[in-house]
Amino acid sequence: MSDVVHETPVAHHDEHESTGIGNRKLGMWVFLSSEFMFFGALIATYLLYSNRGGFEGTYPSEIYDIPFTSVSSFVLLMSSLTMVLAHNALSKGDQNGTRTWLFATAALGAVFLGGQVFEFTEFIVQSDMTLSTNPAASAFYLLTGFHGTHVAVGVIMLLSLWGISRRKGGLSEEHGMNLELVGLYWHFVDIIWIVIFTVVYLLSVPSA
Amino acid sequence: MARSRHRLSRLTALVGTTAFLASCSLIEIQDAPMTTFEPAGPNAERLDGLFWMVFWIATVVFVLVIGAIVVMLFVFRDRGKNDAEEPKQIHGHTRLEVAWTVIPALILAAISVPTVSAVFELTGCDSDSMKVEVVGHQWWFEYHYPAQGIDTANVMVIPAGQEICAVMTSDDVLHNFWIPALHGKRYLVPGQVTLLRLESYEPGEFWGQCAEFCGLSHSLMRARVLAMEPSDFEAWVADQQKPAALPVEGMPEYDGYQVFTNKGCIQCHTVRFDDDSASNIIQREDFNGPDLTHFASRTVFAGASLPEEGESYDAALKKWLADPPNVKPGSFMPNLALTEQEIDDLIVWLGSNK
Amino acid sequence: MTVTAERPRTTIFKRPSSAYGIWSWLTTVDHKKIGIMYGYAAFSFFIIGGLEALLLRVQLAQANAEFLTAGAYNALFTMHATTMIFLFIMPASAAFMNYLIPLMIGARDVAFPRLNALSWWIFFFGGIFLYSTFVFGTSVAPVGPDGISGNLAAGGGPGSFNWLAASPDGGWFAYQPNAGPFYSPGTAMDYWALGLQIIGLASLVSAVNFIVTIFNMRAKGMRLLRMPVFVWMSTVVAFLLLFSIPIIAVALFMVTFDRQFGTLFFAPVGGGDPILWQHLFWLFGHPEVYILILPAMGIVSEVLPVFSRKPLFGYSAVVFAGAAIGFLGFGVWAHHMLASGITPVAQAAFGLATMTIAIPTGIKIFNWLGTMWGGRLRMTTPMLFAVGFIAMFTIGGLSGVTHAVVPSDWQQTDTYYIVAHLHYVLFGGSVFGLFAGLYYWFPKLTGKMMNSKLGKTHFWLMFIGFNITFAPMHWLGLQGMVRRTWKYAPETGLEPWNVVVTIGAFIIALSVAVFMYNWFHSRRHGVDSGFDPWDARTLEWAIPNPTPEYNFGVSPVISKLDHFWHLKYDQDDEGRAVRKDDADQIIAELEHVGLNPPEPIHLPNPSYFPLLMAAGFPLMFYGIIYHTTAWGKALIVIGAMVALTAVIGWAMEPVEEPHDEPSEERAEEVEAGV
Repeated sequence: MSDVVHETPVAHHDEHESTGIGNRKLGMWVFLSSEFMFFGALIATYLLYSNRGGFEGTYPSEIYDIPFTSVSSFVLLMSSLTMVLAHNALSKGDQNGTRTWLFATAALGAVFLGGQVFEFTEFIVQSDMTLSTNPAASAFYLLTGFHGTHVAVGVIMLLSLWGISRRKGGLSEEHGMNLELVGLYWHFVDIIWIVIFTVVYLLSVPSA
Repeated sequence: MARSRHRLSRLTALVGTTAFLASCSLIEIQDAPMTTFEPAGPNAERLDGLFWMVFWIATVVFVLVIGAIVVMLFVFRDRGKNDAEEPKQIHGHTRLEVAWTVIPALILAAISVPTVSAVFELTGCDSDSMKVEVVGHQWWFEYHYPAQGIDTANVMVIPAGQEICAVMTSDDVLHNFWIPALHGKRYLVPGQVTLLRLESYEPGEFWGQCAEFCGLSHSLMRARVLAMEPSDFEAWVADQQKPAALPVEGMPEYDGYQVFTNKGCIQCHTVRFDDDSASNIIQREDFNGPDLTHFASRTVFAGASLPEEGESYDAALKKWLADPPNVKPGSFMPNLALTEQEIDDLIVWLGSNK
Repeated sequence: MTVTAERPRTTIFKRPSSAYGIWSWLTTVDHKKIGIMYGYAAFSFFIIGGLEALLLRVQLAQANAEFLTAGAYNALFTMHATTMIFLFIMPASAAFMNYLIPLMIGARDVAFPRLNALSWWIFFFGGIFLYSTFVFGTSVAPVGPDGISGNLAAGGGPGSFNWLAASPDGGWFAYQPNAGPFYSPGTAMDYWALGLQIIGLASLVSAVNFIVTIFNMRAKGMRLLRMPVFVWMSTVVAFLLLFSIPIIAVALFMVTFDRQFGTLFFAPVGGGDPILWQHLFWLFGHPEVYILILPAMGIVSEVLPVFSRKPLFGYSAVVFAGAAIGFLGFGVWAHHMLASGITPVAQAAFGLATMTIAIPTGIKIFNWLGTMWGGRLRMTTPMLFAVGFIAMFTIGGLSGVTHAVVPSDWQQTDTYYIVAHLHYVLFGGSVFGLFAGLYYWFPKLTGKMMNSKLGKTHFWLMFIGFNITFAPMHWLGLQGMVRRTWKYAPETGLEPWNVVVTIGAFIIALSVAVFMYNWFHSRRHGVDSGFDPWDARTLEWAIPNPTPEYNFGVSPVISKLDHFWHLKYDQDDEGRAVRKDDADQIIAELEHVGLNPPEPIHLPNPSYFPLLMAAGFPLMFYGIIYHTTAWGKALIVIGAMVALTAVIGWAMEPVEEPHDEPSEERAEEVEAGV
C-alpha cells in the first residue's frame, strides 16, 4: 500500500522491468497470442466441416440469420468503443465517466450474449440443428460457444471493475491497470468475433 | 596404476558398447518373415534401396561424430596435473560454422531428390491394375475382388509379376495394412479410401500385420499375401467363384452344418451354397465375420493369427471355436458355449468348404 | 532469511506465514521451492512410468507370452507414454526452469509468483486426476452396431494383471475413432482427455509466466544475447507451449464433447474425420517433441563449457539454431502421418521440411563438439551425462533423417524402429540431459556434492543399459516388429533380441536405483560443496549454496556473457584463461554479500489461493465425467465455487504484504536462519 513509508531503501523482487512494459500487461499480451491459436484451431475445424458436403441434417450456413447477427456484431463492436471511452475517462481522472462507460460495455456484452442465446435456441428449436446433427453443426456450436464463454468471462470482469469503481474514491491507479488489462482482453474478444462473423457467417456458402 | 586400470575399464566399456551396436546391425537372424530387408517386389525394393542409401550416409556422420567424441575424450581429457595449461578461450569460428551448416544442407538436398521422386512414383496405383478391395475390421482383413466377385479374408491371393491395386477402407477404426516384403504401410480410414500398390516378382507367401493400434487385439490382426503363378491364380479364382456344397442328411458334414445354422453363426458369416435358397448372405455394409464359403482354402484364420507355431490346424480351430475371446481378446465372435461334439462337427463341415 | 512482514491482513483466510513444515510448502510462492516440488513429483512419475515399462518388457521377452492381458498391456503402454511425456519430462524441465531461470537472469523470483504456484498445483492435481483412473476409471470392450458385444469387460482373456486394464488404453496419441465414445466406452479415456487438459493448463500458465519473467525481470545489463543458453532454450520452449497447448486443448475439448455430449467431430458414422484428430494432435505433438528436448539441450549447453573450461562454441549460432528448431517444429507435424494417405505433395513437403530441421540440430551438435575441442575436459558425472547426451542424441537425430526419407518411413513407421528412435531422442537425449542437470545443480540445491563414484556407476549402468535396451529395437523394427503389440508370433524370429531388450530395461532400472541412493545419501552425507564448486560461468553460481531464499544479496549488474567467469578469469596474449589474482577475494566478497544482504529484501508472501484454485479444476472435471448423475453436477458446482472463492481471495490479496520499517534483527536472522 502506498501509505507505508520506507525509511531506508528496500529491495523488492520485481522492481525491474527490462522491456518497459508492465509485467501484467506483457503477460496479458502473451496470453492473448495463445488465444489466437485456440480460436484458430476452432475456426479451421469449422471451415473444414462446413465446406464438406454430404452430411445429414442442417448445415449451420443454411440457417444463418445474417441481419440479426449483423446487429449483434454491431453491438459487440460498439462495446469496444465504450471500452476505449472508459479507459480514456479514467486516464483523465473522470471517475463518473469511467463508471458509466464500464457499465455500458458490460451491458453491450450482455446484449450480445443474449443474442447468442436467442440464436442457439432458434437453431435448436426451429431448425432442429443440435450438437449431434453433423460435424459442421458440432463445430459451429463449439466455436461460437467458446467465444460466448470468453465474452461472458469479460462481462464478469467488467462488472467486477464496475463494482469496485462505485466504491468511494473510484478506481485507484492499480485498478486502472486492471481496467487496461480487461480492455485488452475485451478488444481481443471483439477482434475474434469480427473474424468469426466474416469467415464463419458472411463467407460461408451453403454446401451442396 | 589404479588410474590406468580405471581407464582400461572405461575403454573396455566403450569398445564393448560399440561392438554391441555393430553386432545389432550385422547379425542376420534367419527366418524373419516380417523383415523389411528381403523385398520381394519392385515397390519394397525401392524402399529398401532408399533406406540403405540414407543408412550409409548416416553411418558416416555417426562415425565422424562419435569418433570426434572418443578422440577428444582421450586427447583433451584433464589429467589432473596442476601445471596443465588452461585452454584457449575460443568463442567460435565463422568459416567452420558456415561449413557445418552448408554441408549437411547439401547432403540433405541430395537425399531429397530420390525421396521426392519415389514418393510420387510409389503412391497410388496405375489405372489398369487389378483391384482388390481391402476392408479393415476389428481384428481381421477382408478382401473383396470386385472384378471376380470373390469375398475372402486373412489371406490375400494375388497373381505374381503384375501390379495389384489395394483399394482400402475400414469398417470401424483406423487400421494399417503392411506387407513388408511388398510395400510400406498405408492406413485404412473409415469413411475414406486409400490406395496401395502391391507387386510380387515371384510366387510366394508373405507375412503382414495391421500396424496401427486398433484396439484390444491389434497385435493379433495379421495378414498373409499368397502370390501365385498367373495360371494358378486363374484356377484359384475359378474355385473361389464356385459355391459350397450344401450337406444333406447322412453326410459327415451335415451335423456341422446344423450347428452352423442353429447356434447363431449365421448371424455374421456368409456361406454361399449350390442351393441358393440355403445360402446365408450377410450384407457387406452390415457388421459381419469372414465369408466361410471357402474357409478351408485358407491356411490361416482368426485374423491370420492361428494356427500358432507347432500347432495343428484342427487343434487351433478347436481352441478358437471353443472360446474365441479367450484367444483373441475383445473378439466380436462370442463364446457360443459349443459342446466338444458340436465343435468337432463344425470342424468337419468347415473342412469341407475348400 | 527474508524480512518478515507485519502480521498479514485477513482476506478470506488469514494469510499464511509458515517458513517451515508442510504449510510452508503448500503455500509457498518461492520459485525454488516450487521447482523442487516439481522435481520430486516428476521423478516419482518417472519411477511409476518406469515400472510400467518393465511390465511391458516382461510381457515382450517371450513370443506369445501371456504375462499381461491384452487390456492391461494396452493400458500400460498408454500410461507409460502419457506419464513419461506429460508427467515426467515436462515437469522435470519445469523444475529446472523454475529453479534456474530467475537465478540465471539475476532476478529474485518469477514475474508472477502466485501464478507460478498455481501452475505447479494445477499440474500436481492434474497428475493425481489422471492416475485416479486406476481407481475410478472403467474400460470395456466395444459393443458391435447390432448389439453383439465384445464379450469381455476390459480385455480379459489370457494373461494376468487385468486390473491394470481399467485405465486409458487408446494410446497416448488417442487416435480416433478407436479412443472415441464408440470403440472405447467406459470412463478411462475421459480421465485421459480431461487429465491432459488440466496438465496443459498448467503448462500454459507457466509459459506466460516464464516469457514475462525472461523479458522483464532480467538484471541490469543482462541483454538477451547475454542470457545463458538454458534460459534461451526455455524461452523457445515457453513459446512452443504458448502456441501448441491451445491446439491440443481444442482437440481434447472436441474429444470430450464427442464422448460426453454427442458431438460428431471424429465419429465416421456421422461424417467426422478421424484424420483431423491426427492433424490437430500432431500440430501440438511435434512442437511437444521440442518442448521435451530443448530444455535438455539448454542444460547440456551449460554443462559442456564449464567442464571443458572454454566458452560455448558459437553461442549465437546455438541460440538461433534452438529458435529455428522451435519455429520449424510447427511445420513438420504431418511426418507422423506419412502412411495416413495424405497426398504425395503433402508427403514430399513434410518430408523435406523434416529434413531442414536436421540442419539446426546438426549445428547444435557440431557446436557442442567445438566447445569440447581443445578444452581441458573434466570428466565429472554431469560431464559424462552431457557427452552421453551428444552421442545418443546424434543416433536419434540420424535415425530421424531416415524417417524424413518418406518412402523409407513407410516401412519404419509404427514399428519398433520408431520406438528406438524416439527413445534415443527422449531418453538418450532429454533424460540424459536432465540427469546431467541434476548432478550439476545438486550443490545449488543442497550445498552438498553428489558422490561421484556412485554417479559414475549410475552413468555407465544407464549408458550400457540404455543401449542394450534401445539399440536392438532398431533391428527389431526393421525385422517387422510393430509397435503396441501385445503378442508376436515365434515364427517372426523376434524373440532373441526381445530378451536382450528386456535385460537392458532391468539394467536401466538398476541404474536408477543407484541414482536414488546417491541422491538421498548425498543430501545427508555429501561433501560440503562450498561456493562455486565447479568453477562455473553463469550467474546462479555467483551466490551461496544452497541458494538463499532471496537469491541475490544485491541485484547483480551484468557486463558480459558468462559474467561470473569473467569476474574470475582474464585471458593472456594467446587467448588462454588466466585466473585473476584477486579472484579469491572477489568470490569471498560475493559470498559475504550473498549471505548478508546490505539492505532488507521484501519477497512475495505465501498464499493459500493458488492451491485452492488448482483444487477446483479436478473437482469440476470429475463432475464433467459423471455429469449425467446428480452428484456429478454437484461436483461441477462445488469445483467452480472453490475456484471462484480462490479468485476473489487472490484478487483481494496483494502479492507482497505491506511492511514496517526494516527491523534491526535482520542480521541475527541471517545468522540463525537458512
